[in-house]
Amino acid sequence: MSFITVNNLWKEYGDQVVLENLNLSVKQGEFCTLVGASGCGKSTFLKMLLGQEAQTRGDLLLDGTAFPAEPDRNRGIVFQRYSVFPHLTVRQNVLMGLELEQKPLLGKLFGSARKEALARVDAMLESVGLSPSANKWPHELSGGMQQRLAIAQSLIMRPRVLLLDEPFGALDPGIRSDMHKLLLKLWQETGTTIFMVTHDLKEGFYLGTRLLVFDKTRHDPHSPNAYGATITYDLPIGQTDRTVLEHIDHSVSKTARYQAA
Amino acid sequence: MRLINRHPGRVSAILLGLLPFLLIMLIYSLASQQRLADNPNDKLLPGLEQMTAAVDRMAFQEDRRSGNYLMWEDTAASLKRLGMGVGIAASLALVVGLLNGILPLVRANLAPLVSALSMVPPLAILPILFIVFGLGELSKVMLIVIGTAPVMMRDVAQRVRELPGEQLIKIQTLGANSWQVITRMALPQTLPRLIDSVRLSLGPAWLFLIAAEAIASTEGLGYRIFLVRRYLAMDVILPYVIWITILAIVIDQILRFANRKLFPWYNAGGH
Repeated sequence: MSFITVNNLWKEYGDQVVLENLNLSVKQGEFCTLVGASGCGKSTFLKMLLGQEAQTRGDLLLDGTAFPAEPDRNRGIVFQRYSVFPHLTVRQNVLMGLELEQKPLLGKLFGSARKEALARVDAMLESVGLSPSANKWPHELSGGMQQRLAIAQSLIMRPRVLLLDEPFGALDPGIRSDMHKLLLKLWQETGTTIFMVTHDLKEGFYLGTRLLVFDKTRHDPHSPNAYGATITYDLPIGQTDRTVLEHIDHSVSKTARYQAA
Repeated sequence: MRLINRHPGRVSAILLGLLPFLLIMLIYSLASQQRLADNPNDKLLPGLEQMTAAVDRMAFQEDRRSGNYLMWEDTAASLKRLGMGVGIAASLALVVGLLNGILPLVRANLAPLVSALSMVPPLAILPILFIVFGLGELSKVMLIVIGTAPVMMRDVAQRVRELPGEQLIKIQTLGANSWQVITRMALPQTLPRLIDSVRLSLGPAWLFLIAAEAIASTEGLGYRIFLVRRYLAMDVILPYVIWITILAIVIDQILRFANRKLFPWYNAGGH
């Protein structure tokens, strides 16, 4: 049985159809990249996986049961910004999840339990390369380091699914490629199932195991919201060539122009 | 160079800032001298001499009737009322504001009431407070609470709602329950904002304090000012007003300093 199953999934806001007839089956440990023009529902799909939005019709199943309707500790998230807590240091930020899990009332760990948790935190910081900044405040970190922190904060909970919403969109190109390497390394180490939304087609084309292109197949110039997007390409990464990339690029750009008009 | 692009240097900025104060003092002392030259017993614009004599009498000599140092007694009484009033108001604002900000069910239930309460002119219900709580300390403290708490509640709730939605989602994905969301995310980030809110509320708090003291009291800075008004004792009123202003500035700066020391992440642009 597949890990995540999507069956005839629709999402509508009033008259506006965002996603139509989505079908997908994802195995555990896959790294899916979601690309498409803006407004094509890839972030909406991510929000549904997260439990922040509910589908209008259809099924969204994790291990055969419906996704919980609110965010929980099995699904980690990294947003483009504001994913870390400004009032906690780097170390405290990563420690937070462990404290919340073990102390439902106090939300704080003390003594040997804290020491044990901190050992795990420090190992996690080491693997994302933040050890030298362990006692800094988030505002003292660069954008790339803040994203490393956000990823570490999520991964220490060992979530079953890690969701990334344009995590590197605000970073410089050089930093971005460092982050790609880090993400691939962490994914191989943890075996977590990852969904990553990105604007950058090329990023989506070589990062991960599977590329999902969200696009509209039908356009009605008089009523741009009448048709929703769906998954137009579902490609295993590494078996695609330049022509396919150009084709997808062309199609997505066309949709983007329709959206803009 | 355009006027909007001309910036004063450090020294000239200080001098420019001092200038209006010096001008007011100059104009006052000229007018005061003029009146005292016409009539040495003039009470309306007392000179520096009369005012220092009055301060000496009020602050550094025992009162003949009560044996107390009146100005310190007044200061202690007023600060106690102000501290209690603002303290209670801030605590209420923290609790109600936090819950209103983070729990939609509480917000639906309480926010309209808080909005309505904040529109009631506090001085209009002062008579009710006197009737209900009597003329003692409680009614004066309650006036400050009623006058400042609702606005602070709204302010705190607004600040909580301004926390990025991403954070709220993130902490849920770390497994937080509602209580933990409040205690580990919303509360610590609200405290520095509450102090900011208290600083803004100190102005109204002083207003309500002086008003309550003027109407029913036996000591306090506001009481004294209104008492000596009967004798046109400007030599006491003016130093008292300046003293109140100094107290207000000192309290404000202490809060600002405390905010910086206690919440370094907040003031370094970390929010």
